[in-house]
Amino acid sequence: MGGPSPGSGAGSGPGSGDRSGSGSGSVGVEARDPGLQPERTRLAWRRTTLSWTVVAVLGIKLALLDGATAAGLTGLALAALLWIAFLAVSHRRIRTLDAARPRVLSARGAVLAAGCTVALAVCGAVLIW
Amino acid sequence: MSRFVQSLRLWFAPRRIRDEGETPDYRFSLANERTFLAWIRTALALIGGGFAVDQFLPDLRWAVRVGLALALLAAGVLCALRAVNHWIRCERAMRRGEDLPVSRFPAVLSLTVAVVAVAMVVLVVFGRAG
Repeated sequence: MGGPSPGSGAGSGPGSGDRSGSGSGSVGVEARDPGLQPERTRLAWRRTTLSWTVVAVLGIKLALLDGATAAGLTGLALAALLWIAFLAVSHRRIRTLDAARPRVLSARGAVLAAGCTVALAVCGAVLIW
Repeated sequence: MSRFVQSLRLWFAPRRIRDEGETPDYRFSLANERTFLAWIRTALALIGGGFAVDQFLPDLRWAVRVGLALALLAAGVLCALRAVNHWIRCERAMRRGEDLPVSRFPAVLSLTVAVVAVAMVVLVVFGRAG
C-alpha cells in the first residue's frame, strides 16, 4: 500500500506485498481475501516447518547417542540436509502465497515436502536398526 | 490398487492435473493444501514418536524397542505418502467437479496408534515390574 501507482511495474521483486488482481479482473477490488486463506496457509507451512525442526533435532540427538560414530555423523549430515531442503520448499511456497490469489501448490512441491519427511524417517530407521 | 497407480502417475506428471477440468476457487485449493500440511505434521509426529521411543525407553529389550520405533516410523512414512496421494486426488476431484474421495486411512491410522499406545503402556508397566 502507498507504493508506486499501479502500472509502474515495481521492478522484479517477487516478495513485494500487494499484487492485487494481477489477472484480467478489476484492479484493487480484491486486494486481500476476507477469510485470510493465503495467510492461514502460510502459517500452516510455518507450523509444519517448526514441527520438522523439532523432529530433526530429535533425530540429531538420536544420531549422536553413541558418541560421534561415522554412521551417526552421516545421519546428522543427512538430517541437516533434509531439513534445509524442506525449509527451501516451504520458503518458496510461502513466497508464492504472498499474493492476493496465489497459485495452486505444485505437485513437485508436495512430493518434495513429503519426500523429505519420508527420507528423514528412513534415515532414523537405519540409525535405530 | 489401479487407482493408486493412476494417482502415482500424477505425482510425477503434475501438468496432467492442470489439463483436466477447470481451476477451482483458489480458496478450496488452499484448504486442500492445509489439509495436506496437517497430514504431514501427523506424519512428523509419528516419526518423532519413533525417535522418542528409541531414546527414552532404553530399559526395554532391544527387539521390543526397535520394533515399536520402527512401527511408528513406518506409520509416519505411510502417512506422508498418503498425504501426497490424498492431496492430488482431492485436487483432481475438485477440478473435475466430482465428490471428494473418501478413505479408510484415518480409521486405520487411529486404530494403529491406539494399539501401539496400549502396547507401550503394557510394556512400560510390566517391563519395569518384571
